[in-house]
Amino acid sequence: MIPIDLIQKTAETLMDKAAIEIPEDYLDGLQKAAKTEDGDLSSFVLKAMLENYEAAKEDRRAMCGDTGVPRWFVKLGNDARVEGGMCALETALRRATANATNGVPLRPNRVHPLWRTDHNNNVGIGAPEIEYGFEPEGEWIDLITVHKGGLFGTDYRMLFPSDGIQGIKRFYLDSLMAFGKRGLACQPAIIGIGLGGSKDICMTLGKRASVLRTVGSRNSDPRIAEMEEEFKELGNSIGMGAMGFVGKNMVIDCNIEVGYCHTGGMPMSVHAFCLSSRRAVARIYPDGRVEHRTDPDWFTPYQRRETVDWEPMREAAE
Amino acid sequence: MKPREIRLSTTPTPEAIAELRLGDIVYLDGLMYTAREGVYMRALEEKANIPMELPSESAANFHCSPAARINADGSFDMGAVTATASFRFAKWLPEWMEKTGAKLIIGKGGMSSKDYKSYFVPNGAVYLSTVGYGTGALLGRGVENVEAVHWNEELGLAQAMWVIRCNRMGPFIVASDLNGDCLFERENAKIAQNIERVYEGTKPAVLKRYGESDDRSDEVI
Repeated sequence: MIPIDLIQKTAETLMDKAAIEIPEDYLDGLQKAAKTEDGDLSSFVLKAMLENYEAAKEDRRAMCGDTGVPRWFVKLGNDARVEGGMCALETALRRATANATNGVPLRPNRVHPLWRTDHNNNVGIGAPEIEYGFEPEGEWIDLITVHKGGLFGTDYRMLFPSDGIQGIKRFYLDSLMAFGKRGLACQPAIIGIGLGGSKDICMTLGKRASVLRTVGSRNSDPRIAEMEEEFKELGNSIGMGAMGFVGKNMVIDCNIEVGYCHTGGMPMSVHAFCLSSRRAVARIYPDGRVEHRTDPDWFTPYQRRETVDWEPMREAAE
Repeated sequence: MKPREIRLSTTPTPEAIAELRLGDIVYLDGLMYTAREGVYMRALEEKANIPMELPSESAANFHCSPAARINADGSFDMGAVTATASFRFAKWLPEWMEKTGAKLIIGKGGMSSKDYKSYFVPNGAVYLSTVGYGTGALLGRGVENVEAVHWNEELGLAQAMWVIRCNRMGPFIVASDLNGDCLFERENAKIAQNIERVYEGTKPAVLKRYGESDDRSDEVI
């Protein structure tokens, strides 16, 4: 049984880490980018961002004033049990979100869409979002918080099989062009592309590709991995850098996730995880051990399975 | 070439503003206030009295809501500060500038050269963009003190009017000048020369969308 107090306490720590500490993989990616950048202005911007991450850690203050919309991805091993059950878990995550908003402090970004009213704590109807995943083995629970910011950089389009790879490329470029100008997407970003699924899942896949995969990771399908490399290069060949200034770094990495879709269509979404790519992860075990990390490790073979039964599971049962 | 660095008062002289060039890096000293849609609507549409002496106390309007809290004893803690995209406020800015004498509009992404020419230049004002975006922690370090938070009850923390004392607060980038030229449009024009090559081989989507443009020199704002 995983103690509920430990879940809330760990969740509060994660909120703090996500807001303040840039994940190592993104930092490495941006440092490499800063070395290659030769545009005067975009070069200045990248250096200022690198200084900003240091300042945030030194002062223990949020790296960006727009602290995004805090949300949770929860993954459970098949044998995990949470003290008080899943509703207690959700309450603990809502409490941690509210407490950390006041504690760090974060900006209370969440408001009612129509009445623009809020509780000054980033909690409200449907907020924070809590999504779940499962793994075939384990008694642990993974808490992943993502504070994705920005109102720009994301788009969806229903493409069709006849649009082909060239159509996918065009929509990808269109998204970078439209939201890269003036730096609306706060690039260089981790670009996530969702291909397939139903419309809503297409958005979910692209969002997860940008926020739940790390810089340098590759899709397990070698042909998709090749596309990821090619799309990263393509995005960086536009000639646009940070803030939309002339430069060569727009895409820190490009991650693609796919899901089976309707035979007639090829839905596509594009997401940009910005210069403040805020995510933090911890695994909690029933014996009270807590392991912190920054790689969500969400897209396991089980998450990408395409057969009716999960093979290792069936073998174990036989 | 390294950009030029300049220290500027939040109540700048006309000469100091005339001196600014596109792409200069600016650090600010003096009082600055945050104002975005909430403040604009309350002051301009609901005609509420602005609770500051403008522009004598400050001529610097920051499009920002900070990551901050008001403590039980009434004091303030300000963590990070970052701007929000300014193009959405074009509706209110001409009247706001006329009413408050704002000379420095500070935000994210700038406005169009049309905006600059039609009401920035006649008011002797320029646009400063935050850097990144956003260098929230660096800007937070430039906040010497939070002097007041106006209209918190009416508008909430995120939309309230925060009055900040800046000490070498920055960096900001000069994104417009007294000719009404726009830094971002200048950069767009340079990048546009390469677009055809990048798009080579791609084709328009089979299913079109209303209002779609295939002219990549267009902007979406």
